[in-house]
This record gives sequence, C-alpha cells and structure tokens, in this order.
Amino acid sequence: MPETVKFHFEVDGSDFSSAGAASVKVKKKLRQLAYPPEVIRKVSIAMYEGEINMVIHANGGTADVEASDEEIVIVLRDKGPGIPDVELAMQAGYSTAKDNIRNLGFGAGMGFPNMKKYTDYMRIDTVVGEGTTVTMKVKI
Amino acid sequence: MKIREIVKLLDAKLMTGEEFLDSEVSSACCSDMMSDVLAYVKDQGVLITGLINSQVIRTANMMDMICIVIVRGKTPTDEMVKLAEECGITLMRSDKRAFEASGILYAGGLSRSLEGQNA
Repeated sequence: MPETVKFHFEVDGSDFSSAGAASVKVKKKLRQLAYPPEVIRKVSIAMYEGEINMVIHANGGTADVEASDEEIVIVLRDKGPGIPDVELAMQAGYSTAKDNIRNLGFGAGMGFPNMKKYTDYMRIDTVVGEGTTVTMKVKI
Repeated sequence: MKIREIVKLLDAKLMTGEEFLDSEVSSACCSDMMSDVLAYVKDQGVLITGLINSQVIRTANMMDMICIVIVRGKTPTDEMVKLAEECGITLMRSDKRAFEASGILYAGGLSRSLEGQNA
C-alpha cells in the first residue's frame, strides 16, 4: 500500500456534461494504486454522487481526496445555497432538483442516502447562503 | 452470455469496444434514471437505457458495468463514444425499445434487474 496520496480537483458547475470527470480520474488513480475493488467502487460512487450534487445545486466547487493505507477521505466543498434541512435532504426520494435535471437522469433523491450507504462515515457541514462541505470516509 | 451475443440478439450497431466482445456478462439493469442505477445496481454488467448524455457512461463506469445498450434507435454523442472508449466500455445502439430489448436479453439468459427485486 502506498503512503498518503492526495488529489485536488476543481469541479466546474457550468457544464453538466463534464460532471463526474473528477470521480472517473480518482477511480483510475485508485486502481493504479491497487486499492481493493470494493473500496474503489464505494469511493467512486460516493464521490460521483457528490460531484453531481455540486454541479446541480451549487454551481460547482472543489473535491479533495486523501488516500492512505487505512482509509480514503473525500472532502467536497461548495459555495452554493446551503441546505436548510439536512435531515430532510437525507431522506431517500426527497429532491429539490428541477425537471430539467430529471430529464438528464438525475434528481431521484437518492444522492445523499447513497453517499451514506457507500461510506463508513459522512458529515455534512452547511450554512444557508454560504455553502456546504461534505466529508466522507471509506475504510480500507 | 458474451457481449457478442447481445449485439446479435438486439440487431445492434457497435459504437466502440470491439475488443471486449468475448467478455461474459450475466445480468443487466434497464433504466433511464442514473440516480437509480447508482442506488440499486449491484453486479449487473449491462446497462440498457434510452438516455443520451455523458453521465450514462460515467455512471456505468462507477458501477463497473462493462456494456451499454442505447435503445429506441437513439444515437450516442461523439463525447459518449470517446468516454466509453476511455473507460473500456462496449457501447452499442439498437432500434428496439427498452422493454423489448430487455425481454429478448432476459429470454436469452440474462437475468436480474434491480437489487431488492431479485427472487
């Protein structure tokens, strides 16, 4: 297993078609670093959901990934509108995404529940009007 | 079932991934909602969808799906073809509707759709 490896990405919020590009790169890197397939899968799904969220709701942001031999930590930061009711946002099926997003195949209200399902730890720090930081950890 | 057989059964046109035609797949998921694919797919190798955008390819990549069938005669964008190529995913298009394509593949031996609905 490698020493701690860090990745940083800017997530472009203006272009939906590029959303998820950072997650694809992380998946490729983690494969090269020979992490177990199940760990890679969890990390990439959770990060991809988070990335899509940032593009849909917050006009993009940044993604930081730290991979060590114990865990992989994903931190997603945005300066979007924030989440007024986190408990509600965590409910499966609850979504504030508009129809144009549903037409693109997203906005089923499964983002946060899915991120929680695939990670061992998830924390949402959010301030309405200022932004949201989502921290997720997957144990090796 | 080999991916090659899917092409034949669905009378599909291969867009990219010819080198993987002999890869084996045993199950599929049919959905236009990528959110649901991310939430429910477990080990399905094939994605059947009528949705056309780059997120289709990225979603399949995240879920370790190795074959995508675009149905209803839609044509994937050049960007989708390029992304599929980069991700090592076989991409094809078929004129069949999603229901018919799914039925043909199910009858042909592919089984299971969404997690939780498995018998």
